[in-house]
Amino acid sequence: MSILVNKNTRVIVQGITGSAGLFHATQCREYGTKIVGGVTPGKGGTEVEGFPVFNTVSEAVRETNANTSLIFVPAPFAMDAIVEAVDAGIKLIVCITEGIPTLDMVKVKRYMEGKKARLIGPNCPGVITPGEAKVGIMPGYIHLPGRVGIISRSGTLTYEAVWQLTNLGIGQSTCVGIGGDPIVGSTFIDILKLFEKDKDTDAVVLIGEIGGSAEEEAAEFIKKKFTKPVVAFIAGSTAPKGKRMGHAGAIISGSSGTARDKIAALERAGVKIAPSPAEIGETVREVLRS
Amino acid sequence: MNIHEYQAKELLSRYGVRVPVGKVVFTPDEAEQIARDLNCKRFVIKAQIHAGGRGKGGGIRFANTPEEVRQVASEMLGMRLVTHQTGPEGKIVKKILIEEATEIQKEFYLGIVIDRSQEKIVVMASSEGGVEIEDVARTSPEKIIREYVDISLGLLPFQARRIAFSLGLEGRTLNKGINFILGLYKVFVENDCSLAEINPLVLTGDGEVIALDAKLNFDDNALYRHPEIEKLRDPDEEDPMELEAKKWGISYVKLNGNIGCLVNGAGLAMATMDIIKYHGGEPANFLDVGGGASVEQVTQAFKMILSDRNVRAIFVNIFGGIMKCDVIASGIIAAAKEVGVRVPLIVRLEGTNVELGRKMLSESGLNIITGSDMRDAAAKAVAAASSSSSVETEN
Repeated sequence: MSILVNKNTRVIVQGITGSAGLFHATQCREYGTKIVGGVTPGKGGTEVEGFPVFNTVSEAVRETNANTSLIFVPAPFAMDAIVEAVDAGIKLIVCITEGIPTLDMVKVKRYMEGKKARLIGPNCPGVITPGEAKVGIMPGYIHLPGRVGIISRSGTLTYEAVWQLTNLGIGQSTCVGIGGDPIVGSTFIDILKLFEKDKDTDAVVLIGEIGGSAEEEAAEFIKKKFTKPVVAFIAGSTAPKGKRMGHAGAIISGSSGTARDKIAALERAGVKIAPSPAEIGETVREVLRS
Repeated sequence: MNIHEYQAKELLSRYGVRVPVGKVVFTPDEAEQIARDLNCKRFVIKAQIHAGGRGKGGGIRFANTPEEVRQVASEMLGMRLVTHQTGPEGKIVKKILIEEATEIQKEFYLGIVIDRSQEKIVVMASSEGGVEIEDVARTSPEKIIREYVDISLGLLPFQARRIAFSLGLEGRTLNKGINFILGLYKVFVENDCSLAEINPLVLTGDGEVIALDAKLNFDDNALYRHPEIEKLRDPDEEDPMELEAKKWGISYVKLNGNIGCLVNGAGLAMATMDIIKYHGGEPANFLDVGGGASVEQVTQAFKMILSDRNVRAIFVNIFGGIMKCDVIASGIIAAAKEVGVRVPLIVRLEGTNVELGRKMLSESGLNIITGSDMRDAAAKAVAAASSSSSVETEN
């Protein structure tokens, strides 16, 4: 069954005529995703690589019956693009764009309160249900259909974890990159809730990193409400305080946000911690065997 | 991005938020002149560096006459100021702020940040001013008042009133407090701050509400729409390497170890540092070359890593998604030709176009140690760094 996306998901790409948008729209289609069109204001009525282009998201939804949008719009225009998608009735919005101002995300989250749409990202690799649909920028071939769910704040570190699993013959139900920004559309907890209900997911890998308290909050949720085994890795044990490690969200400020605190909280919740980033796959294998 | 106290105070006063009268100076002569212009009974001289805890290190001093101001200024300018936030190497003081000393009746704390888990702007205040707010939060959290802001409405007057009342402001000072709080909120949202902190906020002897200190940080992602804030950047306060990296779209943070890292993606870059440490080594840097790096960026990344004299081995860890492995391979080859790689080079490639990338490297004639996976590569990098004696080049 998987979560969020599957072979019936109908995707439009916002920013489809940009180089990244078009490249990944094509890649997603090759993987088997139903990319039903794209949106670039002013280029409506044209076609790129066989994708119909529309001026507005609402027009695209009307014409293609899309339920999902993949956003590649540059950061200064991303807030507008996300809200346009929500307004047009898109149910799942995956925003790849990095560098969106935090206050724009505060506004987006306020706007989305009480609305049915779900946002994944921004600054994320997207979502993939192996063998069914790829709605993002991850390399498709590293994945294997299976029963382990993945939730991650990182991009390439997720690929690393997936690749380790695939090499051990452990497939994935759905892999969700929630993004590395201080404020994201969906949190670990939001996605854990979906995996809890998904009968095709047996265990979950949670990949966190320093900064903020999302992992601690996830640990609290896992302890109380999550019944499936969880394996975690937290990146940034060696990161110095006060230095931003690439992601806007990855900064240890004051006494909170350290990898040690996050690991301790997760262990208290019964989560098995991978001792090094090279042992994520093996740790999952151990947990699945026990 | 951080700015200096004097810059923050200039910005605040443009929004009608009261700050002490004063001016930034760069020489003892200027200091004395400004003191004469201020024409007041007591002066405060404050070192302008991007770090807290200045008072304890001798970076905040008082004087009673313009001559004394001159004396203090001559001692402070050029001094190496060490605080708990500067690290043991401290920072050289190049500019100082001369202000009229404020008669303090009461000190408060006022701060505005974005609460990540609530996903809202929060205004925090405490009647315990002038101390580390983290300490107050730990020891007596009930003394911190929080008002969460609905971004579509902004901070409303009743919320500012609630804060002002709870700080014990009354009568004539109440409205001054409310206006101060609303003004600071305006500064925060109109300039895309990530932090606006007034510690201490002071009630003066004559009933004014005034920012004795001011700290403003800005969201780097929003600087594109605030060119006037970007201009306030002080290159003296930034690591030149990190600045250079930023120009190339690379995230670089220098660390103290001897294994240089070149990685794509922030999470994997942190994990690479972690696995080096796990195998008993020490990373020399954090380096995220970005999602879609070009050959030029990879070459530049190599140059930066090699400019660190401590580096005894380089660990390239790439998981190609958008980034194609053949681009990384071209970058490695170009960098090796251009700058010469004088230390062992351990490369682990995976992902898009990996076969092509590996083939290019093996045919390049470069002396490259290949890692079959992350663990293997990390172990090899640690071993190489510990056995390699750095061969210093002549230039």
